[in-house]
Amino acid sequence: MTALTVPVRPTRRVSPLTSTLVFVGRSVRHSLRDVDALTMAIALPVILMLLFTFVFGGAIDRSGDYVQYVVPGIILLCAGFGASSTAVDVANDMSDGIVDRFRTMPLRSRGVVTGHVVASLLRNLVATGVVIGVALLLGFRPTADVAQWIGALAIVALFILAITWLFAAIGLAAKSPTAASGYGFAVLFLPYLSSAFVPTDTMPDWLRWVAENQPITPIIETIRALLFGRDPGLDLWWALGWCALIVAAAYVWAAWLFRRSAGRR
Amino acid sequence: MNGTAIEVVGLRKSFGEQTVLDGIDLRVRSGSVFALLGPNGAGKTTLITILSTLVRPDAGSVTVAGHDVVAEPEEVRRAISVTGQSAAVDGVLTGEENLRMMARLSGFTAAESRRRAGELIDAFDLAAAARKRVKTYSGGMRRRLDLALSLVATPPVIFLDEPTTGLDTRSRQALWDIIQDLARRGTTILLTTQYLEEADQLADRIAVLDHGTIVAEGTATELKARVGGEVVELRDAHGEIVREVPTDGSVEALRDAIDTLDALRVPGASIGIRKPSLDDAFLALTGQSVQNVPQNTSTEKEVVR
Repeated sequence: MTALTVPVRPTRRVSPLTSTLVFVGRSVRHSLRDVDALTMAIALPVILMLLFTFVFGGAIDRSGDYVQYVVPGIILLCAGFGASSTAVDVANDMSDGIVDRFRTMPLRSRGVVTGHVVASLLRNLVATGVVIGVALLLGFRPTADVAQWIGALAIVALFILAITWLFAAIGLAAKSPTAASGYGFAVLFLPYLSSAFVPTDTMPDWLRWVAENQPITPIIETIRALLFGRDPGLDLWWALGWCALIVAAAYVWAAWLFRRSAGRR
Repeated sequence: MNGTAIEVVGLRKSFGEQTVLDGIDLRVRSGSVFALLGPNGAGKTTLITILSTLVRPDAGSVTVAGHDVVAEPEEVRRAISVTGQSAAVDGVLTGEENLRMMARLSGFTAAESRRRAGELIDAFDLAAAARKRVKTYSGGMRRRLDLALSLVATPPVIFLDEPTTGLDTRSRQALWDIIQDLARRGTTILLTTQYLEEADQLADRIAVLDHGTIVAEGTATELKARVGGEVVELRDAHGEIVREVPTDGSVEALRDAIDTLDALRVPGASIGIRKPSLDDAFLALTGQSVQNVPQNTSTEKEVVR
């Protein structure tokens, strides 16, 4: 048993970057191994796309061009669904002894949450790619140039990051993985109360006010404008502002919850 | 690190109304094995969470490896590792991946991590399962991996929180061998246990924790001696113990005990006299018996959580 006690403790310190990268690797492995969740993450967007285009689409827009309108909404809805599993992943981790082990090591242990967030971002970017691919097959014909495409994808990525941090914080706040899943579901209704699926001028006044002043609408409109080669105007700044605000607030909330939950299982 | 590895003075901790630790004083010598013995709910795990910097004490001072756990948690974390009551391993990853992850997090390079994981897999007899997901491991394998993870970077102080709870006899013996081997090589070990036999086998000194206070401390021999004289036991025709009567060792007390047992009129009975066990000591000190049969599969805490 010589391996046990050979003095091998390295003297170098583990930087936050190194430990966070190790945690990202761990979460990506987790994502790849949960085959059911991964299948859902890819299949659900496709199902939603078909549902909105063929089932609801005909009734909402009789011209048959609903697909041009709805794709940005589907992208955000799917990103929301995809990100919501982060709440469960984080809650699972917190109810397990492994995070307390990380906390007793000389490293920045809240990187374990960052790991989940980054893995979710990667997972959802793949899902977004699938959504766009299927949309193109169904006749989605954006007119964006390369720069506008990059801009649209950057906004999508920023939105995924924001909502994932929010779900990570919800996962930390929840008492159990099941509760985390329940709370997360509430957030997923936000896209329905926005311009994602129908223009807001079809809504009653009070609802219209809610829809126009909640974060999803400017984000949707920005993506829509960029994909069809229009100038998003003020919506872009609202979208960036909302995303930045959500990331900052959720990050601070998550860091506070993470610190507070030490030793409580 | 000569002298004292762990020093606890006047430690108190409450959660809301409930006082969990009510003035604990402890001193653990460097390189020794110290057992905290106590029933469920005595405060053993809370003490470990404070010693390992997870939870802050309400009052008192706690020093591990010469560093205060509140003022210098980072320095304490460099000197310790913790093996939890519930195996703190990543069930989704394989055993090897767990070890490599822990090695990376301890400051090894990728290549060093691979080598270190290999060494520990061999040392802990995990080679057959190294590439299987930990979810599929038996309880004994999980604990071995758990302990291996704690030893990735050979810390000078190790906390083992109920290391063998829920294990079968063979796995428990394997873990004991590893712990004794570590102790021989100079690691300071503080372990909690509900099993007297475990404390008796492994520990240089034992503290008995009950309702948040330490009711006795000493070597196993000293604790047994505190109970005093002989125990008279009555066995039935099959050799099973029917009744035990502790005595102060005087002739009168022994005669009284034998009379009491004789009055039970057990057919084919025999009487024996023995020195008190640690269980007798525990019973005398805390007013309750502890589980003396480690084959028990799960503790209350694990089920509730």
